[in-house]
Amino acid sequence: MPDSKQEGTAAQVPLVTADTPADKSKLVGQNYVTPDLFAKVTGQAKYAEDFRAEGMLFAKLLLSPYPHARILEIDASQALAMPGVRAVLTMKDLPPPADYMTDLGVLIKANPLGERGLAMEPLYQGEPIAAVAAVDELTAADAVEKIRVTYEPLPFVIDPLASLRPGGPNARVEGNVWGVLGPEAPVGAKRTTPVPEVREIKWTEEDFRGYDEGKMPTGTPTGEWSYGDVEGGFKNAALVLDESFQTPNTSHECLETRTSMAYWQGGKLHLFGSTQSTSQTVPAIARWMNMKPEDVVLVSEYTGGGYGSKVTSSVHLIIPAMLSKKCHAPVMMRITREDENYIGRARPSLTGRMKAGFGPDGRLLALDMFVVADNGPYDEVHDTYISGQIVSLLYQPVAMRWRGISVLTNTPPRSPQSSPGGLQGITLMEPVLAKAARRLKIDLLAIHRINAPEGKAPLGPAVDGKRAHATGCFMKEALDQGARRFQWEERRKANSGKRNGSKIRGVGVSSSSFKSGSKGFDGLFVIQPDGKMYVQSGIGNLGTEDFSDVHRVAAEMVGMPWEKVVVTWGDTSKHLPWTCISGGSQTAHAMTRAAYAAAMDAIGKLQQIAAKDHGGRPENYEVRNERVYRQGGGPVMTLAHAAQRAIALGGVYDGHELPKDINPMTVRSAKALAGRGLMGVARDNYRQDGTVFSFVASFAEVEIDVETGTYKIVDFLAVADAGRVIHPAAIGGQILGRSMLGIGHAIGQKWVFDQHLGLPVARRFYQTKPPTILDAPARMDWAALNIPDPEGPVGAKGIGEPPVPGGCCAILNAISDALGDDIFRRAPVTLDMILTSLENGHPVISGLAADI
Amino acid sequence: MAIVRESSAIIRDVMPAFELFQPTSIEEALSVLAQYGTDAWVLAGGIDSFDWLKDRIKRPKAVVDLGRIRELRGVRELAGGGVEIRAMTTLTDVVLHPAIRKSFKLLADAAESAASPQIRNQGTIGGNVSQDTRCWYYRSGFPCYRAGGNICYADTPYGMNREHAILGAARCVAVSPSDSAPAMVALEAKMLVRNSNGERAVNAEDYFIGPGFDITRMTVLKQGDILTAIRIPSAWANASFYFEKISDRPVWDFPIVNIAAAKVISGGKIRRIRLVVNGVAAHPWRLRQVEEAVTGQPADEQTGARAGELAIADAVPLQHNGFKLPLMRNLVKRAICATPA
Repeated sequence: MPDSKQEGTAAQVPLVTADTPADKSKLVGQNYVTPDLFAKVTGQAKYAEDFRAEGMLFAKLLLSPYPHARILEIDASQALAMPGVRAVLTMKDLPPPADYMTDLGVLIKANPLGERGLAMEPLYQGEPIAAVAAVDELTAADAVEKIRVTYEPLPFVIDPLASLRPGGPNARVEGNVWGVLGPEAPVGAKRTTPVPEVREIKWTEEDFRGYDEGKMPTGTPTGEWSYGDVEGGFKNAALVLDESFQTPNTSHECLETRTSMAYWQGGKLHLFGSTQSTSQTVPAIARWMNMKPEDVVLVSEYTGGGYGSKVTSSVHLIIPAMLSKKCHAPVMMRITREDENYIGRARPSLTGRMKAGFGPDGRLLALDMFVVADNGPYDEVHDTYISGQIVSLLYQPVAMRWRGISVLTNTPPRSPQSSPGGLQGITLMEPVLAKAARRLKIDLLAIHRINAPEGKAPLGPAVDGKRAHATGCFMKEALDQGARRFQWEERRKANSGKRNGSKIRGVGVSSSSFKSGSKGFDGLFVIQPDGKMYVQSGIGNLGTEDFSDVHRVAAEMVGMPWEKVVVTWGDTSKHLPWTCISGGSQTAHAMTRAAYAAAMDAIGKLQQIAAKDHGGRPENYEVRNERVYRQGGGPVMTLAHAAQRAIALGGVYDGHELPKDINPMTVRSAKALAGRGLMGVARDNYRQDGTVFSFVASFAEVEIDVETGTYKIVDFLAVADAGRVIHPAAIGGQILGRSMLGIGHAIGQKWVFDQHLGLPVARRFYQTKPPTILDAPARMDWAALNIPDPEGPVGAKGIGEPPVPGGCCAILNAISDALGDDIFRRAPVTLDMILTSLENGHPVISGLAADI
Repeated sequence: MAIVRESSAIIRDVMPAFELFQPTSIEEALSVLAQYGTDAWVLAGGIDSFDWLKDRIKRPKAVVDLGRIRELRGVRELAGGGVEIRAMTTLTDVVLHPAIRKSFKLLADAAESAASPQIRNQGTIGGNVSQDTRCWYYRSGFPCYRAGGNICYADTPYGMNREHAILGAARCVAVSPSDSAPAMVALEAKMLVRNSNGERAVNAEDYFIGPGFDITRMTVLKQGDILTAIRIPSAWANASFYFEKISDRPVWDFPIVNIAAAKVISGGKIRRIRLVVNGVAAHPWRLRQVEEAVTGQPADEQTGARAGELAIADAVPLQHNGFKLPLMRNLVKRAICATPA
């Protein structure tokens, strides 16, 4: 970076807000017109569904009507006899599950019980069983109805706690929990992972004592860790709370469903899909298809939302691929909203028991946390494990024990969703913190502050005697800046609990955090003799603008005006480099590092070329303003000329010789681009002490009508510690948009299942109730600290995840500020809950049943 | 021995083929309806119909789109101060009509609370009052009483019934989801229904029917009937009105409970009142007893509180909808004692 990165504090570095004035001399930290904007606002952007190919057929899915059944027979003869029907695909047509090698060299053994895309033992209502390809959708849909399927219905379970009861039903024939790939044994340490198994765990009647009073039962977990003296902490505590709480199952509800189109050409599979990641989706497809990554071409230029449900797209895109193979024609599979409700992924509900001991000053001395996840029927979610890690970081309990279990249920499959585990863990903890503040008569902001992590704060359990730590935490600074902007003290004094007719005001604050970066990926660009910089972006265009934003770091470093930067993205036939997944808020951090590495590589080469041509040592030259200058004056070389010289020199300069440590995908791409100009290509090898986390302080004021139980959010503010700000408009959009995602969890979004039938009854948007624009707070504001992360060359951090729990919990804490303790023991907090609690004049035990 | 079932799968969101008729006169529409009998489906704005059709649960052979019948659109003022709203008038046009806004603000407010701006641009007043229930079991295609079966899935020990009835249940516990319907009953509207035998006027109060009367219908409309217009008489023009809708979301949601009240108050006392609650029963629920009890009483908190208690005296909650009792009680109280804006 031209300006050297400095460690700062909130006091030294001015906040970035929506009103921060522009600095035209810079790219980093400035707003700009992103290369996808025009197409998006004019409707020219092509999403997966917008692609067409000659002779294209359409596919429709046959979905299971049962929550769990064994299929004895599929008779498709009537369907295949219909005019216009070309093929019927079932599980037996799919490639078998394959082992695969990660880019870190770990062999992941195939999961024989994993999700295949089509099932012969459907594990939830709506699981795809067969797919029909026909000349149009109407024919395909009519043909689906002509397929006769013979089912043997099997026992099922919707509620994870019901499955843990003695004699309770299991979601799978084999049992109710995963056996080997447990959260305590994450992949990484071993070079080969074990084959996952399903086993059975049941708790005792004694474990369930207290269930009817709303106490979450605790029995045998599948994962456990601890540090410090938890029992001693409780003994020394001035206040010990023991609370049970439940977070909701929430579908991702992406505006673009996971539609895909496929055809085969020259032995290669061409797939047009909806995915968060571009480069990383290729190996995923290769694994599902059991083929080589170099034979897969993925096109995904624009993605209408992912939130973790499309990290590497979704296994279902192999259905049109296999149908296309069978029919020798392109196949489009448009996923309807109903299909998406079933296969579109969801965040798992966590039910938690939090026993927390506080000192008189509000310091969290001991925490005993037990979480039960509603895992769905397939691969184990790690929300349980992450919930403990995030809570241990964000509230720095002096001593802590975490226990967890992910229970299989016959409900739609789960996946990470923005702040996976973080949202749930923080939502289990924040009401406890708010209650403790009231009991100890401490200000709600003060109790957040005293427990906030600082510096290289530790998290999680000790591994080999050492606890992991964060690269840097500016949680306190975010709380302080937020308190100033929100006028916390004045507002609490004036509005907290203030009644006007039937309306009561409440003011709340929440802390939040999530992992916000990874490292070790590749940057790749070519400066061509036309004087332009051609950047290859393997980042998905999922709405965050990272696919373009991160490359502004490299452009600024080589002195290239943005008008001369051409970003290529969204098509893996166009030579893209190996890139982090566009998920888990990794990209802003990981790919600015990779961009920095590639820019440093290019700068070094430019200096060498200048030295070769004009004498002196390479370090006598500097790169800025589209030129290479000799320090102290002298000859000047334009980048356009340097590009020509690079081609003439060949070797490392124009990409004919490549670094040894870059990924094979980057090697293939760089080889294809070799000889076009001066190549910047490098792997990010910068050291990093600790794991990167971003932090958000969220503030809310609500007004509740106690006669109707309805409430509105009158004001909201989120202040982020997300490192160096690369693109203010994008970071602001992420902070507010993701806050809204969290607010949805607080105010109404949920699943509703009939436990007895095993079926979802809330299927449409008007029933699952994602928030609308009118649910957004009347006033909504953001700010970013703009303190660079202390580790790494750029200091940018991701911001997709942490606003989510903050949005949820600022609202929850504002509601309890207005109405007091124990009005709600689950989220979302809906009007029926508020009214029932207030009407009874005492806390209502709403039970812990899932999805009501 | 395992139970083995052969069944077809769920497939949604692809509308099956049907014959589409787009008549330009009511007579033509009636003749198509007569020709196809029970295989015909009357389409107004499509907001309710398209869900049924796309879910492939209702499978008519013929769909009769009323959208091209000019005489079914528009609002006209009647001599004497009432208005006649043709059935295919959009909710937006009802909301914006000056005569309705001026004299029958209750209806404008009720119509404006429905759904979302986009849906109100498409949805019609006739469709909004005549729409089917949104019971999620029934709408999911379960073979319940209302669908011709012999069970109510919502009223079982496991049934999910937060949105369901607390009043007037008879085997079926579904509720009317209409926002404009209670306003029609409060305003003593007349519903004009045409069939091959001619046109008849039905009191709004009688237009909406409960499961005790016919468990498969929400209104008196039968096969071959078309709702052509709604006449609002001058009886309550410029009265003191109160409409409130409680829903989970501020937009794009059906009511959990809504209330429509028309009051004439003089000297601080209630001289005349019509009070109708919806979302609590299969049809808009007129609170006759409450109306009688509060007539002549001061329009104050005390009267409101008594009225609220009286309103829910006969209500019977299901497992998950007990909150509707205090909610309805509080809304009745507010409707009684609210001062006109």
